[in-house]
Amino acid sequence: MIDWSGYLSLILQGAVVTVQLTVMGSALALVMAFLAGLGRLSRFAALRWLATAYIEFFRGTSIFVQLFFAYFVLPFAGVSLTPLQAGVLALGLNVGAYAAEVVRGAIQSIGKEQYEACIALNLSRWQCMRRIIIPQALLVMLPTFGNNAIELLKATSVVSLISLADMTFQANIVRSQTGNTLFPFTTILILYFVFAMIITFSMRALERRMARGLDGVRN
Amino acid sequence: MEWDWNFVWQIMPTLIEGVKITILATLLGSMLAAVVGLGIALGRRSPNRIVARSIGFVAEFIRGTPLLVQLYFIFYVLPDIGILLSPLVAGVIGLGLHYGTYTAEVYRAGIDNVPRGQWEAAKACNLSARQTWTRIIMPQAIPPMIPALANYFIAMFKETPLLSAITVLELMNQAKSVANTYYRYIEPITLVGAFFLAISLVAVVLLRWLEHRYGRVER
Repeated sequence: MIDWSGYLSLILQGAVVTVQLTVMGSALALVMAFLAGLGRLSRFAALRWLATAYIEFFRGTSIFVQLFFAYFVLPFAGVSLTPLQAGVLALGLNVGAYAAEVVRGAIQSIGKEQYEACIALNLSRWQCMRRIIIPQALLVMLPTFGNNAIELLKATSVVSLISLADMTFQANIVRSQTGNTLFPFTTILILYFVFAMIITFSMRALERRMARGLDGVRN
Repeated sequence: MEWDWNFVWQIMPTLIEGVKITILATLLGSMLAAVVGLGIALGRRSPNRIVARSIGFVAEFIRGTPLLVQLYFIFYVLPDIGILLSPLVAGVIGLGLHYGTYTAEVYRAGIDNVPRGQWEAAKACNLSARQTWTRIIMPQAIPPMIPALANYFIAMFKETPLLSAITVLELMNQAKSVANTYYRYIEPITLVGAFFLAISLVAVVLLRWLEHRYGRVER
């Protein structure tokens, strides 16, 4: 009988890296989502094209290829990244592209009368976006953002392939050291699922909190 | 390091070999996902509460955990209990199961969208449960689903590089082996990215056509 506690702590060390990646990747994705999502709705054609190119490029190629590109090809262009940096960059940019479409869709779902009310109240475009449109659109975005965050969590497993010691990487080490496959892989499957559940529930709680006082306002 | 066209032409045949496997895996995976998704969708509607709940939980679990870990699980754990699978078969099963849980949601929405009156009419005409499904419900439910299903199949296509982790010799793996042999990463990895982008852009056009052909755009 093998003593699993040591191996379990190895996997938990990996879990910390997975959580780090998820949090930092989500932060970058959120920034990119708003930049690109608002960019697509911009008055300036150049900004619209730039945002569309970014979104189509990162949605059109797979996260795996982007990660390898960031880790193996960028050094030749003079940009050397640690595995963690490459991981956060690729995950954030990739999921950000998907989330940008969510931002765009949510903002477009806000009724025209809200914009007309802005004009009637003599708000500037920035004030209108910041005070009127985005607070309402945010609530529409939240559930899909939750799904995107789970996609990002699942995508973090791919960074193990560029030698970043995340949960999947550690499970493979345990596999090669003990020869046992059931324990490491079942453990990390359960851990990933628990993380996904945590994201789901906290997103739901956040949504409830933000929807407070909006009964009857939203239809 | 400079971009070298001679090298590109030199490695092209190897990459094309990989492309074939990538496409094969996507096609087989899509077929499996279409069947598995239908199975899950029907299972969740089962009148037996326990069956419906447990199928629902398994689907949630598969959707909440990374494809890469599932692939490892199928490839490394199943042989220990006596089920030996070739890498490609393991990969196709992984893709099919993972995306089956996504397509199940598409089927569910499609089936729910068939008006109640159709069910009642089928009952009034004294059709059996089987006849109701195959003659009345499915023919009406499936066409509107096609664009959404195609969307997931494109997503699956972009996930096929993960199969390289379980030693399937698809495009990404061929590119990596070429890169490791000549120690040139720029051309192989960029070509892989370009290939995926090209196919995805074609797929987007195809998707637009499907949406046009089968009506009802989601947003």
